Amino acid sequence: MLVSYKWLQEYVDLTGVSAEELGERITKSGIEVEGVDKLNEGVSGLVVGHVIECEKHPNAEKLNKTLVDIGEEEPVQIVCGAANVAKGQKVAVATVGAVLPGNFKIKKAKLRGESSHGMICSLQELGIEGKLIAKEFAEGIYVFPEDTEVGQDAMALLGRDDQVLELGLTPNRADCMSMIGVAYETAAILGKDVKLPEPKAAEISEQASDYIKINIEAKEDNPLYVAKVVKNVKVGPSPLWLQGRLMAAGIRPHNNVVDITNYILLEYGQPLHAFDYDRLGSKEILVRRAKSGETIETLDSVKRSLSEEHLVITNGAEPIALAGVMGGANSEVNADTVTVLIESAYFAGASIRKSSKDHGLRSEASSRFEKGVDPARVHKAAERAAELMAELTGGEVLAGSVEADYLDKSEKTVSTTLGKINSVLGTELEMKEIENIFARLQFRSTADNDTISVIVPTRRGDITIAEDLIEEVARLYGYDNLPSTLPVVASVPGRLTDYQKKRRVVRRYLEGAGLYQAVTYSLTSRDKALQYALEEREPVELAMPMSEERSMLRLSIVPQLLEVLKYNTARQNDNLAMYETGTVFLKDGVSELPEEREHLSGALTGLWGSHPWQGEKKPVDFFVLKGILEGLFAKLGLEERVQFKAGEMDGMHPGRTAEVLLDGERVGFAGQVHPTVQKEMDLKETYVFELSLKMLLDAKSEPLHYIAIPRFPSITRDIALVVDKVQSAGELKEIIAGAGGRLLKEVGVFDLYEGDRMEEGKKSIAFSLKYYDPEKTLTDEDIAKTHEKVLASVKEQAGAVLRG
Amino acid sequence: MQERLKELQAEALEKVSAAAELKELNDIRVSYLGKKGPITEVLKGMGKLSAEERPAMGALANEVRDSISVKIEAKQVELEEAAVAKRLAAEKIDVSLPGRPVRAGSQHPLTKIVEEIEDLFIGMGYTVAEGPEVENDYYNFEALNLPKGHPARDMQDSFYINAETLLRTHTSPVQARTMEKNAGKGPVKIICPGKVYRRDNDDATHSHQFMQIEGLVVDENIRMSDLKGTLEVLAKKIFGQDREIRLRPSFFPFTEPSVEMDISCKICGGKGCSICKGTGWIEVLGAGMVHPNVLEMAGYDSKKYTGFAFGIGAERIAMLKYGIDDIRHFYTNDIRFLKQFSVTE
Ligand SMILES: [Zn+2]
Repeated sequence: MLVSYKWLQEYVDLTGVSAEELGERITKSGIEVEGVDKLNEGVSGLVVGHVIECEKHPNAEKLNKTLVDIGEEEPVQIVCGAANVAKGQKVAVATVGAVLPGNFKIKKAKLRGESSHGMICSLQELGIEGKLIAKEFAEGIYVFPEDTEVGQDAMALLGRDDQVLELGLTPNRADCMSMIGVAYETAAILGKDVKLPEPKAAEISEQASDYIKINIEAKEDNPLYVAKVVKNVKVGPSPLWLQGRLMAAGIRPHNNVVDITNYILLEYGQPLHAFDYDRLGSKEILVRRAKSGETIETLDSVKRSLSEEHLVITNGAEPIALAGVMGGANSEVNADTVTVLIESAYFAGASIRKSSKDHGLRSEASSRFEKGVDPARVHKAAERAAELMAELTGGEVLAGSVEADYLDKSEKTVSTTLGKINSVLGTELEMKEIENIFARLQFRSTADNDTISVIVPTRRGDITIAEDLIEEVARLYGYDNLPSTLPVVASVPGRLTDYQKKRRVVRRYLEGAGLYQAVTYSLTSRDKALQYALEEREPVELAMPMSEERSMLRLSIVPQLLEVLKYNTARQNDNLAMYETGTVFLKDGVSELPEEREHLSGALTGLWGSHPWQGEKKPVDFFVLKGILEGLFAKLGLEERVQFKAGEMDGMHPGRTAEVLLDGERVGFAGQVHPTVQKEMDLKETYVFELSLKMLLDAKSEPLHYIAIPRFPSITRDIALVVDKVQSAGELKEIIAGAGGRLLKEVGVFDLYEGDRMEEGKKSIAFSLKYYDPEKTLTDEDIAKTHEKVLASVKEQAGAVLRG
Repeated sequence: MQERLKELQAEALEKVSAAAELKELNDIRVSYLGKKGPITEVLKGMGKLSAEERPAMGALANEVRDSISVKIEAKQVELEEAAVAKRLAAEKIDVSLPGRPVRAGSQHPLTKIVEEIEDLFIGMGYTVAEGPEVENDYYNFEALNLPKGHPARDMQDSFYINAETLLRTHTSPVQARTMEKNAGKGPVKIICPGKVYRRDNDDATHSHQFMQIEGLVVDENIRMSDLKGTLEVLAKKIFGQDREIRLRPSFFPFTEPSVEMDISCKICGGKGCSICKGTGWIEVLGAGMVHPNVLEMAGYDSKKYTGFAFGIGAERIAMLKYGIDDIRHFYTNDIRFLKQFSVTE
């Protein structure tokens, strides 16, 4: 809502309150003032001039040489390029020394040999937006009415010596979509009175009811319809003050009849429509739902198909307006209109919202109806429009109004208590102060002991419960004046859950291990949603995606991280390590909501270890990745329970991928991205993992328990085993550990040899075995039997022989 | 004989002084003091001396040996020290060369903001509540006083999966769920961080996905002044002690009264600039007293219980705090962007 500061002064005394200050105070009281615009910002030196001579410029075809009386002793010569300039016009002249928007200074000039002392201006040159300029002056200079006095301030005449407050209204404050509404708000904030217009049109004896009958079929959609008739109007331009106010409010002037309806819309917040009475085609207004198949051509010359959900105004037979949204072309007021029917009605918000949405038409009128107009102003607005039409178009107002009224206009009473107000706000207000606040709002209230009952005016439809009253008190008392306290709540210790705590441990560990945390989008394309999924399920799909690229919810994070690697690699950053923790979504046939699982995913590419000047450059490989994950599992106390088992997966290198098992159950995978995928994405060797974070963090780890530090020395035995090439080290280790019994405390691989000196199809793996007895110092004899058993087991179960 | 000993002494001492290496010194030791050395040789002629002369000669011989020995010891220390010094000199490195880099990653700036705020509130007795990102229309809207057809639903154009489920448009459904779970009993004191989604085209200031953090306190006697105090603590923590805070009335369907909080513009210091649209203030969060309909729908007696709630966008906070100019940076994960947040403030 754009609010003219000068116009507002007609209703509220703003003496001593500048527009800026008013803006700040309105903002602090609940309606955000998004800006205060000075309409004549950077414009000066404009006067009304009278073109007394106008002839073609002798040396330029498109220019005119004019002599203009600007109210000084001598008229001045001005060269003008506008096609519509003519002798006798009253025009806006930027005199020598004037400044136009953009700091454009007017100087004496010589144009093609003719001197020019100023400039005749168009409205755009004065800083008025093109869409607000009446169509006849959209091109060329602006022409004032003939009787305009020469030498006056042209900007003031156009209402530009004003400031406009731009209100950002929240949906509840539809009451401020009118000047009168803003006036009430302003008066409440400043503690002043509101002066309202008291419309009373002088009426002739002829009765409006002889001209028209009103019938409402759709009483829920349209509970109140008021019509007034004005005859003998002369359609023409509105007076300047009216045009100026409309432009300041962001509405383009048309003609006096239409402008008056728009003026009332701004003043009362009540949208009106003016029909050409003689073009109605009947003496009846019937409001009903449209019939399916019916059409209407609206004012914008668009033919629209209607359905039974659209409310229409008809002449009894066919639609003449799409109710509350736009009038019909067939009954539009034009230059020849003599008799006008003014419609002032209350249309239900839901009905108007439907029409406006279906037809893609949002207008000043529809947006007000949608949010609800004040039932108490429907009559007054019609009255005020008739009054202005009599005044500005020379029309005669017929006696009375014709109406159909089913509207409940009763005022609601809302009560609360002083105790409640103070306990909700944390204040110690007295009843007097509360009463004073409601008085400022012009709400009638009565206090009875602790209780205060407020009769809420119909203009404030947003106030329905006690809390709404409390908000009114709070905002007028001032949020600044509220005390600051902290909640006093029975003390519960704040903490993270075990899961949340462990998730942070995981993040910190990975960051310490060299990975950067990424956050990517949950929405992705169908292809990407399905790639690298831990479980094959249908992805969850949006009903109306904005693009294919973001149409499905992800089943895995790896594809998103690969995109991140690709993005960075393309920008010459190709040594990368990223991880993400986030939700993946699995469609669930049974419950309404998909299953959401938190995953942990990572992606590494390029160099891992490197030395800046010693030439060391170690690319990331499977074992870098595995080392990071093993460290993570150790951190979570799961190292003994996690296994890496060779596995295959779409999009992964078939020989370099492992399934990750926790207690034998698959919790994810880790490995190298398939070389063809790497190539498609222009990535170097890239390693990724995706794990179910939920399964990892939900796994109960053993409580931490101290194990005594060894008091006796241990014995270490190294063995090198020759085995088939396909034999996995992990399996060997398990065999050794199984055979080693209670004395074998540690088994580790310390060498792998697959070179020429081995027999075809064989390799050698060396293990280091550490024996220890917490009870005593072990001797060679003590472990001989166990060690023999180890060797026998590996031979028997894996065909391993000791390397000679 | 005496003279010969003196001669040998002088000769040996001179050689010791001249020795430049440990090996040379050792040779001198062996050649003068060894069993086959000249002093031993000289002493073999002691038999020819009288019994009176022998002790004196013996003493002299010992004195000569000792003096050579002492000198050799001293020289040895000297040479050893020189050798160490030489070796250390050879080992000198250029300490200005760069060190071996230790790989370290860092948390995403959004996580940084979220965890910082979580920690602040945990310190004030809150717990962290989480909920699903795909929500029922009921929890996302209806339980928050936004019935179907409510005009304010326009404000939150959303991604629907079907008529009843959608990607949550705020983390408020977590509040509704938590209250419902508490079955009408207080106190509730939670902070709810999480991803939310709205139907926006991604550009410098809009993102279809973003991170929100909401807080909720419900109990008997929760006052609006408690909300004010809490927001002040939050703002000071995030933006620093020197920023001014302004609360002004606003509108949200799920709170009444509602509040918007502004902080003074850091760029212009409150005078007005393009960042703050000339107002000197920047909007940072929305809040309010929980609407009685919301309390009632979650099973709370709104006559007995009151509460406050607030919600902030982590991206907005990060953008204001660190001067980030494009919201898309958070989701592009450019390593040059991410690396900047590894610093501890
Ligand atoms: Zn600023």
